[in-house]
Amino acid sequence: MSGFLLLSPLLIRFSIAIVLMFSWRKIRLQRFISVLGEVIALCLATITFQQVLAEGASSMQAGGWLAPYGITLVVDSLAALLLLVTSIIGLGVSLFAAGSMLNSRLRFGFFPIYHLLLLGISGAFLAGDIFNLYVWFEVMIISSFVLLTLGGERAQIEGAVKYFTLNFLASVVFLTGLAVLYGLTGSLNMADLSLKLPLVAQRSLVDVCAFIFFIAFGIKAAVFPLYFWLPASYHTPPTAVTAVFGGLLTKVGIYAMLRVFTLMFPWDAFLAGLFQLVAVLTILAGAFGALSKQHLVKSISWLIICHIGFMLAGLATHNQESLAGTIFYMTHDMLVKAALFLMSGITYRLLATHLFGKAGGLFSQHPAWSLLFAVPLFALVGIPPLSGFWPKISLLSGMAAAGNWLLFAMVLFGSLVTLVVVARIWIAFFWQPSPTEPVVAFRYFEDYPVIKRRAMGAGMVMVVFASLLLVAAAPRMYVWCHHMAANLLNPAAYLQLVLPQSP
Amino acid sequence: MEIMLAIVVGLLYASGVFMMFRRSLVKLIMGVILLGNGVNLLIFLLGRLEKGAPPIIGVSQKSLAGQVYADPIPQALILTAIVISFGLQAFAIVLLKRAYKVLHTDDLDDINTREEEQ
Repeated sequence: MSGFLLLSPLLIRFSIAIVLMFSWRKIRLQRFISVLGEVIALCLATITFQQVLAEGASSMQAGGWLAPYGITLVVDSLAALLLLVTSIIGLGVSLFAAGSMLNSRLRFGFFPIYHLLLLGISGAFLAGDIFNLYVWFEVMIISSFVLLTLGGERAQIEGAVKYFTLNFLASVVFLTGLAVLYGLTGSLNMADLSLKLPLVAQRSLVDVCAFIFFIAFGIKAAVFPLYFWLPASYHTPPTAVTAVFGGLLTKVGIYAMLRVFTLMFPWDAFLAGLFQLVAVLTILAGAFGALSKQHLVKSISWLIICHIGFMLAGLATHNQESLAGTIFYMTHDMLVKAALFLMSGITYRLLATHLFGKAGGLFSQHPAWSLLFAVPLFALVGIPPLSGFWPKISLLSGMAAAGNWLLFAMVLFGSLVTLVVVARIWIAFFWQPSPTEPVVAFRYFEDYPVIKRRAMGAGMVMVVFASLLLVAAAPRMYVWCHHMAANLLNPAAYLQLVLPQSP
Repeated sequence: MEIMLAIVVGLLYASGVFMMFRRSLVKLIMGVILLGNGVNLLIFLLGRLEKGAPPIIGVSQKSLAGQVYADPIPQALILTAIVISFGLQAFAIVLLKRAYKVLHTDDLDDINTREEEQ
């Protein structure tokens, strides 16, 4: 595969952002370029994915400096799959934002920053060098700070202070880990580290280093004691921003864990115990948090934490079946969470509220929307044949095979609570008769121009459709994810690709 | 030299964390800046200090084996990290100003209104 194709997800987003910055005031043009650019990005991501499936993984050494000295970018099947999902969500949210975002926010550069955020996320999936991963994380969080605060409302600022502090702390912890890692091995290339780390004599220092990385990625992924920034900030920005945050950002943390704790750090009893403990607590904390909220966006935000726990549980079990389940679950979760946040945006414009007590009547007044909303809601619970069901089978059978009944029970418990929360959402928003009079001076969905309504609808339909495609492709996905998991557990192919000269 | 740097790094981390635990937004950002500097020094320290050996390979030298030279990579890393943390700190200060303007308070305990109302 050519280097251009490998770099295409980065190049395309960088170019879109630059072009958009030159059309700073022309917001109509910005909407158009943003959607068009994401369509191209999606095509490129699809081609990349097909190429990787057909020809295998591919790597690029920046500037021709061979690994471990240069910066390596790698696209293997896992990265290609996640890039594809990112592009789908990128296009869906781009469409939705073109319809829903206020002109005042667009005038302050929403779209350029949005594409820079996608650039950071794509870069993180491609990085083959741990410092490069840090840089992409920074690109991602700086863009996310701006998106979070754009508009400057009171709630946004309050959320942003917490989000900024904890994410900055995560960067500092990540850099600390990098420093220790470099001091121990003298290398930053992930493939090279995978060969050098097992040779380090001070095993306790390697564990300390692994722990530091776990904290850094844990803050990004919102795991148990480190998640407080998420429920504090996710309900404050506009829907399009929340959708891309909820769909993608936390999963980048999980992706980094998947890479670092399979490729680099040798899996040992310490890590297994740590992951298991944190997974259990994350599922519990997310589940009870979601139950305690009477607000649509807040309860979905807490469910993110609960489902991050599922992925951690898959990582904790650490066999091929459960890792395959984790990867599959991650793709499903990205799509469905993004769809749910888009749903919350449309619901808000239909009903003028997010509170359980004040909402209602969606099913009788808007049956078509209800049908569309039902798909991600039920997929989230994992009702067969929707997309949540298949990865959970993999996760659970992996845990059963490892004899880890605690995590098995926790995943079932988390699913049960998800069911309860979804049922409450369904009753409150869909079945309950609408108790409120129409709010005066509120811009309802019907008040938007047709083209904007279509754009919002199309964005949501696209993401939901992708999650349905995941169902149709479930048997193939199962095979692919097993293949990816096998490559994660036995990184010989990855090492051969990045360091062909080493034995 | 290493011991002195290690002590300085420890002090920077400790004072950074301490400042972050205070209630004032200004002190929070001070803490952020101190931590950022602490971690840069830590990379510098753990990249091994070599005095008087520049990271230059002479034309006549064919191999690096047995050579003493300063490792340029930590400095490249620190440079990148400094630039990034500079950007983040600039953002933080603007955020602080905006927060004070919108919330009329500098106290972190007073910015939880949205959390408490359901």
